[in-house]
Amino acid sequence: MAQPNIPMMPGAGEPASALATPLLDVRDVTMRFAGTNGKPVTALANVSLHVNTGEFVALVGPSGCGKSTLLSILAGLETPTAGAVALRGDPAARRLGRAGYMPQRDLLLPWRTALGNAITGLEARGTPRAEARDRARALFETFGLDGFERSYPFTLSGGMRQRVAFARTVLAARDLLLLDEPFGALDALTRAGLQRWLLDIWGQLGATCLLVTHDVEEALLLADRVYVLTARPGHVRLEQCVPLERPRRPEMLARPELVALKAELLAALVDEVAAAPGGGDA
Amino acid sequence: MSETRTVDRDASATNAAELPAGAPDRRQLPTRRRSAAWVGFLRRAATLIVPPAFFFVALLLLWQWYAETLGTAGAVTLPPPTRVWSVLVAQRDILWFHTQVTLQETLVGFAAALAAGLICGTLIDFSPWLRRALYPLLVTSQTIPIITLAPLLVLWFGFELLSKTLVVLLVCFFPIVVALADGLRSADPELLKLYRSFGAGRLRAFWSVRLPGALPSLFSGIRIAITYSVVGAIFGEYVGADAGLAVYMKLKQASFNTAGVIAAIIVTAALSIALYGATALVERIALPWYYAQRRTGGASR
Repeated sequence: MAQPNIPMMPGAGEPASALATPLLDVRDVTMRFAGTNGKPVTALANVSLHVNTGEFVALVGPSGCGKSTLLSILAGLETPTAGAVALRGDPAARRLGRAGYMPQRDLLLPWRTALGNAITGLEARGTPRAEARDRARALFETFGLDGFERSYPFTLSGGMRQRVAFARTVLAARDLLLLDEPFGALDALTRAGLQRWLLDIWGQLGATCLLVTHDVEEALLLADRVYVLTARPGHVRLEQCVPLERPRRPEMLARPELVALKAELLAALVDEVAAAPGGGDA
Repeated sequence: MSETRTVDRDASATNAAELPAGAPDRRQLPTRRRSAAWVGFLRRAATLIVPPAFFFVALLLLWQWYAETLGTAGAVTLPPPTRVWSVLVAQRDILWFHTQVTLQETLVGFAAALAAGLICGTLIDFSPWLRRALYPLLVTSQTIPIITLAPLLVLWFGFELLSKTLVVLLVCFFPIVVALADGLRSADPELLKLYRSFGAGRLRAFWSVRLPGALPSLFSGIRIAITYSVVGAIFGEYVGADAGLAVYMKLKQASFNTAGVIAAIIVTAALSIALYGATALVERIALPWYYAQRRTGGASR
């Protein structure tokens, strides 16, 4: 039913070798806000990371570590206080409209059908409606959404809505996908189902992807590489490759080396969570 | 290859787990749900209509009985409903003539208020400076009683259509502007952020997100405005006009024809209700998603 070839970004499917110019290169990004009491709050401090073309990278961190702020910066929605973000080696590239940005809430427009919602990103870019609809229809088939094109969001289940939102993200993306806890608002069962679904879909899309999550297992299952972020101010504490071949299955997480890796990541995270309440802006 | 296929099956298994009824069943749901909704609608309509209808009929009977006990004096002070009805029937041509005048004033005034309200509400939304400049003025304008303004309007703009239209405009403008501005302002910031990440400009976000999202609020304002509009037109006529339902009322009042006055009041009320009903109908047609969502109780699924 599903064709592996979906219109996707150029260069997709290359091996994740770090030798070529990374698709996304984040160097020493620092972000400060004016706090409520006038004191500046540092949300991110000297964050450096990179995402190679065709790679799936996960960003794990405790809540309040500035993960969402970082994604906003990467999507081009905010400008960092210091540091540089280079897209395809170009630090001056305009990133708005290049990345497919997906927030936690599905944010579907209640007055549009599922298909109408999926094409909003393409529409905003000026893609002709007929072409946008054709592309969305092809993707709906791959996503197991065929037959629901004309359904309104309020008639769909949480998992279906999230899939429609994901279709919108994939269609809007030209370079990479930025997923901000896309399954965070779902119940555990739906969440597990969607994780496996994403694993399968991602293999077919061959997209470059940066996923923010606080679920270590989710990160290990989906990603090629995992970064652990510290809490306020956010800083990269740990970087680990996930030694799993693809296609992956959830059972693989039971392998000894994966269990050890999970323990290591969790330890780094728990340290952080313990440090967070008193941590402040030190 | 075989690997992909197993994964495929897994994906559809997830599907089935999510939808216990099975996907094909779900696809048939809309029509079934629609017919069920119709039955529900009729039942709700019945529970809505029966109690007030019962009360209304009881009140009419009481009125009839009381008016009859008054005897001949009642013809002037309180004519019975049957008498009012016979006036309505006998005078239907002349009442229709005056109704047309009032209706024209109402509709022209309302349309002008709608156009001005849409422009003004959008401008307020686009420029914080304009919001600060216009909002206090708008609120202040509402503190001035129309009663004191109407004679001035007649003085400045004459006894014809224009002065009455302006009264209606003044009455209807405020609820429309405020409803639109508030609706536009209440757009989900996260949704606007998402649109910005698409590379969409302000205009695109306005047409695709803010305006459609503001429509339910706008329609609430329009419904308030339309109920005021007939009252506004009647008031304008009362102050100075040569035709219209209020003119008819004044003439009947002057000749102690109470039944005629009551007949005109009934026509006025019917006019208001008809306009309100028309607005509600347009709203249903314009916002099917909004009502469908409310019918399912807002619970997504």
